[in-house]
Amino acid sequence: MTTGTPEPPKGTTALARREARLAYGLLAPTLISVALVVVLPLLAIFWISFKPIGLADLRPPAPVAREQVRGEGEDLRVEYRLRNSSQEEVITGVVLTDVLPDGVMPSGDLPPECALDGQVLTCRIDEMAGGYNERLIVPLAGAGDPDTLEDAAEATEPTVTGSANSILTNTTFTLENFARVFDGDEFWGVLGVTLFYTVFGTIGALLVGLFAALLLNKSFRGQGILRGLYLFPYVAPVIAVAFSWLILFDPFSGSANALLVQMGVTDEAINFFGDRPLALVMVTVFEIWRYFPLSFLFILARMQSIDSDMYEAADMDGASPFQQFWYLSMPQLLGILSVLFLLRFIWTFNKFDDIFLLTGGNAGTRTLTVNVYEQAFAVSNIGAGAAVAVVVFCCLVLFSIFFFSFMSREEGL
Amino acid sequence: MSAVRFGYVTGPVLGALWMVILATTVAVAMSFVTGEAFRPAVLLSLAWGAVLGGAAVYRLGGRIGLWAGGLLIFVATIAGFGPMAIEAGAVARGAAGLVLGAAFAWSFGLILEDLPSGALSRHEFEAAVIRFLTGFGYIFFTAIVLIPFYVMVMTSLKNQSELLQNPLDFSIDLSQGLGLFRSYVELIRDFNFGSYLWTSFYVSVLTVLITLAFSIPGAYAVARLRFRGQAMLSRSILLIYMVPMIVLALPIYIAFSVTGLRNTIIGIVMIYPVTTIPVALYMLQGYFRGLPAEIEEAGLMDGLSRLAVIWKITLPLSLPALASVSLYVFMIAWNEFLLAFMLLDDPSKFTLTRGIASLNSSEIPRQHLMAGSVIATVPIMALFLGLERFMTKGLTAGSVKG
Repeated sequence: MTTGTPEPPKGTTALARREARLAYGLLAPTLISVALVVVLPLLAIFWISFKPIGLADLRPPAPVAREQVRGEGEDLRVEYRLRNSSQEEVITGVVLTDVLPDGVMPSGDLPPECALDGQVLTCRIDEMAGGYNERLIVPLAGAGDPDTLEDAAEATEPTVTGSANSILTNTTFTLENFARVFDGDEFWGVLGVTLFYTVFGTIGALLVGLFAALLLNKSFRGQGILRGLYLFPYVAPVIAVAFSWLILFDPFSGSANALLVQMGVTDEAINFFGDRPLALVMVTVFEIWRYFPLSFLFILARMQSIDSDMYEAADMDGASPFQQFWYLSMPQLLGILSVLFLLRFIWTFNKFDDIFLLTGGNAGTRTLTVNVYEQAFAVSNIGAGAAVAVVVFCCLVLFSIFFFSFMSREEGL
Repeated sequence: MSAVRFGYVTGPVLGALWMVILATTVAVAMSFVTGEAFRPAVLLSLAWGAVLGGAAVYRLGGRIGLWAGGLLIFVATIAGFGPMAIEAGAVARGAAGLVLGAAFAWSFGLILEDLPSGALSRHEFEAAVIRFLTGFGYIFFTAIVLIPFYVMVMTSLKNQSELLQNPLDFSIDLSQGLGLFRSYVELIRDFNFGSYLWTSFYVSVLTVLITLAFSIPGAYAVARLRFRGQAMLSRSILLIYMVPMIVLALPIYIAFSVTGLRNTIIGIVMIYPVTTIPVALYMLQGYFRGLPAEIEEAGLMDGLSRLAVIWKITLPLSLPALASVSLYVFMIAWNEFLLAFMLLDDPSKFTLTRGIASLNSSEIPRQHLMAGSVIATVPIMALFLGLERFMTKGLTAGSVKG
């Protein structure tokens, strides 16, 4: 640093710069990995959503070569069987190279595409049509014992290169995927199911969680055990509890049906996860069951931080228990309830595993996220799946904007 | 409302409703245990409950009176006009009556407490209703949480024909001895579940380690260091953590197919931490902010570098938080299903959740499916119950995630 007349520091000081450098250094691994696995895929999904691409197009068409030694004596030859892995796409500039065993020379004419330089055989095919399947034959009459030749020839694998037009990377774009997604009533049906599931799942889990928190907001023996117990649905692997529910509510041999029949509630077995309106209600109930522990935990933590003096004062003033709950507890809980609502709303909207495992999206339970999977893998149309994913992502961005403008007022959790 | 605010109205009404709840609970529980036919008789329950509730409000016989009422229910149940309609053997009938009578006598005393028989203040009335609702809540929540797990465990111990014969019969034939666990033995012997268990375990542990290695420095930077874009960064962490996995799963699937990482454990170990790093970072930075900065500044003054401060001061202070985060990340990795399902096809490389998914076919008996579920559930539950304190903290700190 040069010294002169003292002047107040301007801009960033060296210390601050060093601190910032350290911060970026510490964050770099996280930022890079997140960029690789979150940002890049997000860009990819936007790209793919404009592509007419199916599951089978994932591998670009490529030339495939197989080397075989055939015949014996005068008829001995090496055959290269060359084919195009795609039935439709053209591959251009195909080059096959292979090294012939030492001391082996071709006995006749090489195929017109091929040339020999020392022991290196190079064959060029300018254009390989879709479904191309030909042999290139190199005669090797009298080159010796077929078996030893075969071993020697197969010691070096032929390499084959060529460039093909991959749908994934070319510049053909289409709006067909989005047209398919928004086409017809299906999309609006799916959206309606998603909203039903999200809204009722979120509100239900909040209310049930609030009830559970009220129950445990007092100290008694066994409170810890009950609290642990009520968290079970959330902690257990989703696949285990989803299958337990399926077996419990099985229409033929499920205990729930047997119980209902025995209690005289119903005469014949109910197909809980197979009938149209009921299946949606059941997956929503499952969602509530599985996630009430979460809201319960948050609400309980907030309740235990409320000052108990207030309730004593209210008691003295003659407030009844319900009045105390409504006028004292609720205003204090409103903050956490609304934050929980927004976060859970987003997460329920994003939920995939639960419905996929319970119904596979059948019987009127197909939500947007399940639709991503259905389109991409069941219908094998990756482009359409990506288009649905883009729709999901756009909804998420909308929610997040709302959430953050709300969060800043709410001052965090 | 004021019409019911008399002890002689409130008592019988609560008694009647409580009897219906208890009769239903006992009937369901007895059905599940014995497999025989128990049914709450609603009208009889209402009548019995109202009579006993009325008697209890007038304190007939004091504390003994309630238990006498319980005895009455026991006798009535055996005689066949109690609150439950039962088609079962004498022993089961007696047991059900005994349980119901005792439960009512004990719990209804608690619900009424010292409710007067005459006019009630609003306070007394609501307190009684709340005690009633609390009792109902305990029964309700315990039932809805336990029943699916009970069914899971019991189904895994039975066989297909027993299950089809009477889906309610969960009684276990203890005379089989170790034969009870044959589904488990078959899973481990024939379906390779031992190796799935091991894969799941080490994948989860590796995920925890990698997550911590990435998120501790990142969280420290966001919490303590000043740099441009800090506020934006701590927000985008939360945002990233809300991106649905299914949206990312598609490009990841494509990328893994092209690069040959699909069907490899390495691929899974690479991808799991990225799903947990944002959560861990978010949880840890909250904790680091709460630590007093003065201690770290003292360390800096004494000549430690920033990294040494993190290693020698911050990390030892945040061990409880690290434990919570580790447990939470372990749980996410252990329970993860979607990525394992999409990326693993080779049965020799399955994780536990993927292994269970492969059992879901009509050719494999369901007790195997449930035994697999139990195998996946028990370790995480044991860990959870053993370290519940950390787990609860971890859940509240970070888990707005589902």
